[in-house]
Amino acid sequence: MTAEPTSPLAGWTDRLAALAPALIVAERPYRSQLTVRVSDPDAVAAMGSALGVAFPPVPCTFSAGSGPFGDVEVLWLGPDEFLVVAPPGLQTEIEEVLRGALGSHRGSVVDTSAQRTTVVLEGPHVRDVLAHGCSVDLHPSSAPTGTCVQTLLARTGIVLQVTGADTFTVLVRSSFAEYLAAWLSDACVEYGVAS
Amino acid sequence: MTFRKPTGGEIDRHTLLRFTFNGVEYTGHPGDTLASALLANGVHEIGSSVKLGRPRGIVAAGSEDPTSLVQIEAPFPEPMLLATTVELYDGLVARGLAGQGRLAPEPDPARYDAKHEHCDVLVVGAGPAGLVAALTAARSGARVVLLDEQNQAGGALLGVDEYLDDRPSAEWVGDIVAELRTTPGVLVLERTTAFGMYQDGFVLALQKRTDHLGFAAPAGVARQRVWRIRTKQTVLATGAHERPVVFADNDRPGIMLASSARTFLHRYGVLPGSRAVVFTTNDSAYCAAIDLAESGVDIALIADARPDAPARLATECAARGIEVRAGQVVTGTEGPGRVTAVSIGDTRIECDTLLVSGGWNPVVSLFSQARGKLRYDTELGAFVPGEELDTVRAAGSATGELDLNACARQGREAGSAAAAAAGFTPGGQVPLPVSDSRCTSRSGLVVWRVPGADDASFVDLQRDSTVADVLRATGAGLRSLEHIKRYTTIGTAHDQGKTSGMIAAGIVAEALGVELAEQRPTTFRPPYTSVSFAALAGRDRGELHDPVRVTAIHPWHVANGALFEDVGQWKRPWYYPKPGEDLHTAVLRECRATRESVGMMDGSTLGKIDVQGRDAGRFLDMLYTNMMSTLKVGRIRYGVMCGVDGMVIDDGTVIRVGEERYLVTTTTGNAAKILDWMEEWLQTEWPHLDVHCASVTEHWATIPLVGPRSRDVLAAVAPDLDVSNEAFEFMTWHDTHVAGVPARVCRISFSGELAYEINVTAWYGLAVWEALMAAGEKYGITPYGTETMHVLRAEKGYPIIGQETDATVTPQDLGMSWAVSKKKPDFIGKRSFARVENNRTDRKQLVGLLPVDPTVLLPEGSQIVETDRLPEPPVRMLGHVTSSYPSAALGRTFALALVRSGHERIGETLYVPYEDSLVPVTVTDSVLYDKEGARRDG
Amino acid sequence: MQLIPCPWCGPREEAEFHYGGQAHVAYPEDPSALTDEEWAQYVFFRENPSGPFAERWSHSAGCRRWFNAVRDTRTHDLLAVYRAGEPMPEVTS
Repeated sequence: MTAEPTSPLAGWTDRLAALAPALIVAERPYRSQLTVRVSDPDAVAAMGSALGVAFPPVPCTFSAGSGPFGDVEVLWLGPDEFLVVAPPGLQTEIEEVLRGALGSHRGSVVDTSAQRTTVVLEGPHVRDVLAHGCSVDLHPSSAPTGTCVQTLLARTGIVLQVTGADTFTVLVRSSFAEYLAAWLSDACVEYGVAS
Repeated sequence: MTFRKPTGGEIDRHTLLRFTFNGVEYTGHPGDTLASALLANGVHEIGSSVKLGRPRGIVAAGSEDPTSLVQIEAPFPEPMLLATTVELYDGLVARGLAGQGRLAPEPDPARYDAKHEHCDVLVVGAGPAGLVAALTAARSGARVVLLDEQNQAGGALLGVDEYLDDRPSAEWVGDIVAELRTTPGVLVLERTTAFGMYQDGFVLALQKRTDHLGFAAPAGVARQRVWRIRTKQTVLATGAHERPVVFADNDRPGIMLASSARTFLHRYGVLPGSRAVVFTTNDSAYCAAIDLAESGVDIALIADARPDAPARLATECAARGIEVRAGQVVTGTEGPGRVTAVSIGDTRIECDTLLVSGGWNPVVSLFSQARGKLRYDTELGAFVPGEELDTVRAAGSATGELDLNACARQGREAGSAAAAAAGFTPGGQVPLPVSDSRCTSRSGLVVWRVPGADDASFVDLQRDSTVADVLRATGAGLRSLEHIKRYTTIGTAHDQGKTSGMIAAGIVAEALGVELAEQRPTTFRPPYTSVSFAALAGRDRGELHDPVRVTAIHPWHVANGALFEDVGQWKRPWYYPKPGEDLHTAVLRECRATRESVGMMDGSTLGKIDVQGRDAGRFLDMLYTNMMSTLKVGRIRYGVMCGVDGMVIDDGTVIRVGEERYLVTTTTGNAAKILDWMEEWLQTEWPHLDVHCASVTEHWATIPLVGPRSRDVLAAVAPDLDVSNEAFEFMTWHDTHVAGVPARVCRISFSGELAYEINVTAWYGLAVWEALMAAGEKYGITPYGTETMHVLRAEKGYPIIGQETDATVTPQDLGMSWAVSKKKPDFIGKRSFARVENNRTDRKQLVGLLPVDPTVLLPEGSQIVETDRLPEPPVRMLGHVTSSYPSAALGRTFALALVRSGHERIGETLYVPYEDSLVPVTVTDSVLYDKEGARRDG
Repeated sequence: MQLIPCPWCGPREEAEFHYGGQAHVAYPEDPSALTDEEWAQYVFFRENPSGPFAERWSHSAGCRRWFNAVRDTRTHDLLAVYRAGEPMPEVTS
């Protein structure tokens, strides 16, 4: 007996795809996500080398790289808090590796893979769409690639990563994902999508 | 008869627009406002006044107009718009208002939205000063936003036919706008009114994006947008409004501000009438008179209140045959509706138009909202910005300057200073234009009301407030302008007193015999112009009004006909009616099935917090009233949390996952609050503790499987798990696989029945739910919702936080002294339990209530009294019903209640006022079902 | 919409923050040693000055960190922000 997983936006795949070309939107489900609390510099460095990605030293940024777990991102969430994001199915292994790196230092590692889902946004209108609901200045001079902020988009909390010139990644709490999808769909009407 | 000139103005005479006003069809042209189109058709009477029902016309050409209120009926009903700011479109249907309009009963089909914008320099107003300020800032490389409420840039230049640098001013405006539009980082917004200025450079502006398109407005484009602008520096180039003078019978249609008549002429090619009298206290009205005369209006007379008329302008008038009388004022008007004659002293002059100028009021609303101090300018007779602010500068006629070249210079200085303050160095200097205007002098006579004007003269035409109202206020002893504003309502209409406020202040000062310079002006508050609630709501309406949070299993609930209950932002299944069932019958069925066989619910909304660290046990000992550090790994304990005041704030189970790791559950509504609460103590009080918390609420899907057959169902889907009572005790947990998915199964019960709580990664929640449904089919497994959950727990006397509690209830009040540790030296709330107040014997305590008539269902919230007959009020209330249900298990209705000295009253009969009678109820222990706990192990 | 400068994330709109009341009110060392009156002072009573006031804020929609701010209660101007555990800085209002 093997149960099949369902992602928070499984029912939205077609509707989100229909927002193109105004906005290219796709869920990236099932990614491995671990909430890490750590402040000791040695432990931070050890975790970074275990993943092959140095942890971001600057608030409101993320780092990305490749290592034993493939392409991994480490998002700054707070002064001693990070979110490690990796390809699907690796959460148990990564949790173990990070615990090892933490050793006896203060901190914690929690598997939060299903706590949030990931939505990737792309296109020339992406900043306009986000500006309808996000009060953070997303102009490239204020939010260059590599920026990672936790803020509000309309009425839901999000983690927002600037991943490229016109590409953003939004992490949203799973229970809010459908609200986010509905809000994005409505905001895209302004850019030529049928309402 | 048409009052439209054959040429001139920014209108397209080749295109006819049909519209209906007060039931009559008219035509106008693109470029018209409703007001200009009506005036072109000779229509001056718009509506009637709110209190006195007197006819009201068009006083001004823009948003400062106090009187031209209309109701739009088509394309969509919209009340309280100004004819002077409604751009004309084909098919428009409108009518004049008697002060108040009507809201549409049907939903507004238009879209509204909001957009955040960030800039270095915001310039409000695209008149000469604002244009130069914006271009100066833009050339420095700053991010610039330029707003203007008109449909095109130009400001005051739109209402004149003057030349700048020897060419039409529109060309100069066009060049600047063109450069701004092609400069990167510059946003120019027309039809956009900055209506509120707040702290930290936050400005709200309303953009009317498709209003002017009427029926042709594209459905996909937001009709109006609230711009939420965050700027480092602001230049307010908001201009000035002409103000009238108060005289007898000053409210007739046809009485218009002189500069507004000039605007109607030059911008719309419309004449205000055939024969006009001009009454002024300053130079500017001369230009209006001359321009109108040259366009064919018979200017009967210019009455100048000043002892001497300005020589050069008087000469120009003489050359055009216009009589000028100095030292003269209007003493009265006549007319059945529209003005037909004006009295100047002893002279009676027939006319259809009276043009008035009492000087200029700089628009200081936003400056005042930005906390800028205002100063009274004696020469101008108006309040002007009285200080420089670090981030806000005024420029142009908003400062009281009326000379165009000087206004533009101020704009350049302000734009340059703003850019510098935002960290930019100046770019190419913007040349200042030279104007050929004749009327730029500031000097005028400050006249609030004509000497001898009777007290019935109007100060605020929209509020029907008169000089007498002002004098009544001062006579009653009011001295502050704020108080007088509220007493008289002057300045509280849609126009916020743009033309009346200054005059009211002047009359008050005269009446009190004080200097205006000593008077504090009334505080300007947002919004500067009316903003509809639809615009403020923006996208936050309908399904997006508030986020709807759903669980991973939600699609199943929808597909299986659940009705939903809102719990905070969550949608939770309330009950699952079968065909023909109502709430009552469905819940009785769900309860019976669960108690007799097996039921299942979606408990995923429960808050879940992972607590890790060496001091986790110590930390939880401080947060919960009972002991958590002694909990053994593999076991579960129910816990209660209190605030420092000793009142219950939450409850839930605590699972000991490992030596240094716990998983805590919270009530659905308190998940975020309790995590914040934990972080607050950890970060601000006990940073030395080695503890970290993380929310895992949505990481897990949680499914309580409840009832005597739950063990059989679980066994069928969890082959690795020994589900026997010996191997899997009450209040323990096991990690296993359920339906092939890694799962944590907890043996806890919120119903008194044998029950398991199955937790899986949320992605698998739906699949595991379906597997459980399939495995339970032969036992008649019944999905149940929150209502059944509430009944089952109430039968057992388990309180719901927020239903049985309300922040005044202690664990002892709930009969939960057993959950309060006596061993721990301290925990949050402990000290409060020793307070005298917390030990009163007459505290409200949780009890059960059984109506003597077992079919009576008490309404939740009912009060409880002691006697079977109501005494004279005040009646002493003993408490209230917190929960009340019919019970399948008890075969009757029952309730939970908070009752004074409730625990001592068990066995007593009390009364609940319900409809017209007092219902007798017996007080019982709060546990009504299976007091022995015999059902717990199945 | 006021901006509140989070010591970690920088200025953000106030909607991202939760208010936490007066700062520097420590949980009593030994509550059981306090009289009812002293305990009530801790539980129920707070300063309410007109002028600079040290208070706690949490960047609840951001980094979830509690910090302290000195706010002029007459103007709402934030005169200083500082991290939890740090002493209140000198401010001029």
